[in-house]
Amino acid sequence: MNAELAIILIACLTAVACAIPGVFLVLRKMALISDAISHSILPGIVIGFFITEDLASPWLILLAAFSGIITVVLVEAIQKTGLVKEDTAIGLVFPALFSIGVLLIAIYANDIHLDTDAVLVGRLEYAAFDKLMIDHVSYGPKSMWTISITLVITLALLFAFYKELKLSTFDIGLSSALGFSPVILHYGLMSVASVTTVVSFDAVGAILVVALMIAPAAAAYLLTTDLKKMIVLSILFGIMSAIGGYYFAVWLDASISGSITTVLGLIFLLVYLFAPTKGLIAVLFRQKRQRTEVSLLTFLLHLNNHDSIEERRVAHLQEHINWGKVRAKTVLELAQKNNMITMQDEVVSLTNKGLKFTEKALDYIITNKDEQIEDMKDDFFLFRG
Amino acid sequence: MELTDFFTDYTLRTITLGTAVLGAICGMLGSFAVLRKQSLLGDAISHAALPGIALAFLFTGLKDSNVLLLGALISGFIGTVWIRGIVTKTHLKTDTALGLILSLFFGFGELVLSYLKKQPDANQAGLDKYLFGQAATLVQSDVIVMIIVTGISLVVMLLFWKEFKLLLFDKNYAMTLGFNTRFIDGLISFFIVLAIVIGLQTVGVVLMSAMLLAPAAAARQWTNSLGTMVILAAVFGAFSGVFGTGISASYNNLSTGPVIVLVAAVFVGVSFIFSPSRGVLFKQIRLIRNRRDLELKKTLYFMYGIVEKHEDISRPHSIKILNGFQGFTRGTLKALSDKSWITIKGQDWSLTEEGFQTAENLYNTNMPES
Repeated sequence: MNAELAIILIACLTAVACAIPGVFLVLRKMALISDAISHSILPGIVIGFFITEDLASPWLILLAAFSGIITVVLVEAIQKTGLVKEDTAIGLVFPALFSIGVLLIAIYANDIHLDTDAVLVGRLEYAAFDKLMIDHVSYGPKSMWTISITLVITLALLFAFYKELKLSTFDIGLSSALGFSPVILHYGLMSVASVTTVVSFDAVGAILVVALMIAPAAAAYLLTTDLKKMIVLSILFGIMSAIGGYYFAVWLDASISGSITTVLGLIFLLVYLFAPTKGLIAVLFRQKRQRTEVSLLTFLLHLNNHDSIEERRVAHLQEHINWGKVRAKTVLELAQKNNMITMQDEVVSLTNKGLKFTEKALDYIITNKDEQIEDMKDDFFLFRG
Repeated sequence: MELTDFFTDYTLRTITLGTAVLGAICGMLGSFAVLRKQSLLGDAISHAALPGIALAFLFTGLKDSNVLLLGALISGFIGTVWIRGIVTKTHLKTDTALGLILSLFFGFGELVLSYLKKQPDANQAGLDKYLFGQAATLVQSDVIVMIIVTGISLVVMLLFWKEFKLLLFDKNYAMTLGFNTRFIDGLISFFIVLAIVIGLQTVGVVLMSAMLLAPAAAARQWTNSLGTMVILAAVFGAFSGVFGTGISASYNNLSTGPVIVLVAAVFVGVSFIFSPSRGVLFKQIRLIRNRRDLELKKTLYFMYGIVEKHEDISRPHSIKILNGFQGFTRGTLKALSDKSWITIKGQDWSLTEEGFQTAENLYNTNMPES
């Protein structure tokens, strides 16, 4: 297997392994826990490295993952004292642990290949050359093995506990009522996240792990509300960014993991802007339309309330409802297009359809029941008219 | 390194002054971040500043820290605006938005940094110091900039003190009073970003958020008044800066950032445990004391129940009859007699007049004392 293929494969496997727990972290509003874990496993990794002297040793992985769990426990313990708010607790714990890790490296590990720069961004470039040797036979890069094993375990857990995870993510009350312990699921997820972080750490570093966990899931969440689709989409985004990032890095002759994150950022930016119903542009468009619809409603209700001709002159209306010219014109045109009003000699009057519409609207406003407005949308609305 | 070096050595004096000022401004402005529940916004902003530093160098080729920090300010600001955009316009939650901006911006910054490293002619060495901070690179002009920024933010804070306070604790009320909350909000955010950017050179992007949080979180434990908290946080911050610099200067090559953060963490730990009103230690002591008091009163009331039926309240009873009652020990008996609520003679106890009165009023605390 050549180095290029090996690097791409490792990047893809890492992306997939991160994307799966990432989806649940984002849905459970615990995205920043992944940030905390990725920082605070550092002392675990350093101490583990002193003991095992091998970055890919399973003991080191377990030890470091354990320090990730300790972070979660510590954060929760501080929260429980009520001395500071939740986010402050996270913000206090991980920098302290990370600092300990950085200092340990600086003081004791100056001569080993574990420098602070690699801690942040990893060394995907070299991961392909650190091969697993058993009896002088090479079995491919070490990190590929560790990541593959982690991925298989993660997938197995995902399939085994999919239902429980889904339930406890969306309705924690129901899930504990049905007898699935939220605590076990919570710590199970945290353990998977920790192990994945540790395993990916060597390849992509502390901060880019966070990107690989959160960004694909966040982008997928803007495109779908179906959990299965969301997982598949995040995996897809992860793989896309891994492959795209590799070639971008080669072209630019720069850090691979930085480039993968940048591609992830671009993917998220595109989704953020253009997602069909939840993207920025769609949201802004919808908000504008809703404003116009509310204006139309106000306008028609106003007409309904005032019978005298004086009150219904166009010029007067502008003054009375206090709209700018453009807005008033938009609303007038919209109302006319929908046959809700007629205009004669600059005097506006409601048509039968407009009258019925306002009555229904009043009904809705008085009872404030959603069913009423649903009907209205079907009967009258607006941009279709 | 000798202690006197702090006063004689020019470089060390500059650095110490710089970190002290930095700690003070971070503590001051961090108080607002903590109270506004924006603790982790600082983390996101400081990470988001990295591409600004790298791009500023890429485009200008200057390594002047003011130019780089201006770049950091701009990209930190873009990050903040984007976070707000994500939170207000989509259904993604704050934590996701923060994590996204933090990691994506940082990754992009790393990309640019690694690209710069490969450039043969570029004199880019030293940009790395912005990751973990190197106080040793502070020069006098940097410290002067810090002092000016601190002065400005101090003046603004004093000018807008009332508004800041109002916004912090009751935003809706501030709105009804007609304050431009959006402006004040933006002003606080701007100064928080400014404090972060100022600290990047000393503490680094990775740990800057802790510099902002830790002194404020420690100060919060000692007081409930905003003014005292801000002052205390500034003091804690300044001490963290000075001690951190001192420790890292006495070992070679230790990045200042992690050391300062650990010193600040010690302040937080001590405050969490030893603060008289909120600290874990005194809370535990109070808890135990209250529990003992309750046990004592329970025993007293049990005795009262026995004595009540007799005409002579001071008639001696055998201690044995208390045996079925939980919460009674030799210790409680002694404590009760110390308070002269009972008297003990041999194996018998008897209630005093005072003990009887106390027990009678035990569950009538709302009644006026007779």
